[in-house]
Amino acid sequence: MKTIAKRIYIALIILFLYAPIGILMVLSFNESKTRAKWGGFTFKWYIELFQNEEILRALFNTLLIALVSSLIATVIGTVACIAMTGMKRRAKSILMGITNIPMLNADIVTGISLMLLYISLGIRFGMGTILLSHITFNIPYVILSVMPRMRQLNVSTYEAALDLGSSPLYAFFKVVFPDLLPGILSGFLMAFTMSLDDFIITHFTKGVGVDTLSTKIYTEIKKGIKPEMYALSTLIFVTVLSLLVLINLSPAEKKKAEQ
Amino acid sequence: MKKHRIYHIRQTIVALALLLPVALCGCASDKDASRQVIVYNWGEYIDPETIRMFEEESGIKVIYDEFETNESMYPKVESGAVAYDIACPSDYMISRMIQNGMLSEIDYDKMPNAKKNIGAQYYEQSRGFDPENKYAIPYCWGTVGILYNKTMVDEPITRWAQLWDEKYADNILMQDSVRDAFMVAEKLSGNSMNTLDAEELEAAKNMLIKQKPLVQAYVVDQVRDKMIGGEAAIGVIYSGEAIYTQKENPDLVYVIPEEGTNVWIDSWVILKNAPNKENAEKFIDFMCREDIALMNFEYITYSTPNVAARELIEEEDIRNSEIAFPDLSQYDNLETYVYLGEDGDYLYNELWKEVKAY
Repeated sequence: MKTIAKRIYIALIILFLYAPIGILMVLSFNESKTRAKWGGFTFKWYIELFQNEEILRALFNTLLIALVSSLIATVIGTVACIAMTGMKRRAKSILMGITNIPMLNADIVTGISLMLLYISLGIRFGMGTILLSHITFNIPYVILSVMPRMRQLNVSTYEAALDLGSSPLYAFFKVVFPDLLPGILSGFLMAFTMSLDDFIITHFTKGVGVDTLSTKIYTEIKKGIKPEMYALSTLIFVTVLSLLVLINLSPAEKKKAEQ
Repeated sequence: MKKHRIYHIRQTIVALALLLPVALCGCASDKDASRQVIVYNWGEYIDPETIRMFEEESGIKVIYDEFETNESMYPKVESGAVAYDIACPSDYMISRMIQNGMLSEIDYDKMPNAKKNIGAQYYEQSRGFDPENKYAIPYCWGTVGILYNKTMVDEPITRWAQLWDEKYADNILMQDSVRDAFMVAEKLSGNSMNTLDAEELEAAKNMLIKQKPLVQAYVVDQVRDKMIGGEAAIGVIYSGEAIYTQKENPDLVYVIPEEGTNVWIDSWVILKNAPNKENAEKFIDFMCREDIALMNFEYITYSTPNVAARELIEEEDIRNSEIAFPDLSQYDNLETYVYLGEDGDYLYNELWKEVKAY
């Protein structure tokens, strides 16, 4: 009885999480433009998607901004973590507090304040301002995931490497960096997804003619969202899903091979 | 000694990391500002092909940006973060921009197509918000009316009053926007939809409250899909959507209610501090050319004020469609929204809140 209840509960959760995505995927194959009517099965929207330069440019912008901003944020965040380990306890906790605030802060406040800052500094709005903003809100996420790794780090190994005659840089990349790597990677991925997802901050800091997917979809509100967007969302979802499956499959296969 | 070295390395990394975004930022600046025009328009409100054609014919680069509501467009233009040349706001927002001195006067001599092709009746209608036709050139227009499903009602719907008929309880879709909702109630009582009279507004509010139990939902763009799917019998809708919904579901009928309604006009305007005013004039005039206006009409499907373009429409039933091109002179109770001022907006919003919270 208890297991049945458990299964139903899980099934419900999965249903509520994935039903919307399922509907979106079904609609992306709908010949008719309206969600109210099934006009027959078609690949039309997928073909139109790849011919629609504006959507493709928005997709390219989104990926480029996500990649570059998370890379830069990862570097800055990691460096900040290294610097913080050398600090006194008090300074460290103050700095941690400062980096935590933007994460808790509402996006709209961050967005508007960044916009005002750029205006007052006379910076031209464009790709650059979006990138700067994304780096800004990504850094705390990197610090958040690298910092715990940093605490587990054994300082003696680094000192031992120095004692054995390696240069500090060499010691860092051979001894410290490999230990930090899992934290850095997860920080990078987190920053990447945050940047990919962002709408509000991008909306306030974007320049003329530069659109990411989220701002592009939003401008379509007046005339209704085009089914090409359903097709694109389906493709993105399937890509992410297959990546996840691949990542989760590979260790199992290795084990089998070992046996 | 060693401690020092690692400190230096750290410093260099930090400095590089801080400089990188600034360097990237620098790349984004423009090459040739004089050969461009910056256009701010509604999303999906132009055939992208026409922009390409303009660039090819004039050699002017179009930087194209999109907004989703008049209210989100206004602060972006006002903040001056980007110096736009052209925008395409709706009627009441244009009157607000005129009042605040944000627009630049149109020189019709430089825009022969705008002078020649745009119908006189649309300039006439524009006087509601632009009294001397000095600032705005109509681009798209339409009416607000009733869309009904003839299989779900007993008699033809012709009046706003029928939205208060208890027969249609739970089968009515109203627009979820202050001005459109109050327009229905005010027109029904024979008042102006731009009224600021406290008594008239109070009456309109009470009517909307009275209607509320009959309304299935207050919607924005879901009205299209809901009407096509037969989820409601009657809906308040923009005429531009009506032709599309009829194509999907032939049972739907669009009417302009007898009590009169709102005529909305989205128009091109040139902003006061437009850096490329000459290019802006060329762009707007190009968009008024009949073949280009026709392409845009076919892409957007909202009524075009371009008379010459209308003549070129091949399908006769669309060219003569009463929905897309109603004869404005036949009605004497059509109005266009004007800006009510901050106090007016506040008053309407407060009353609307009372309706929604009732």
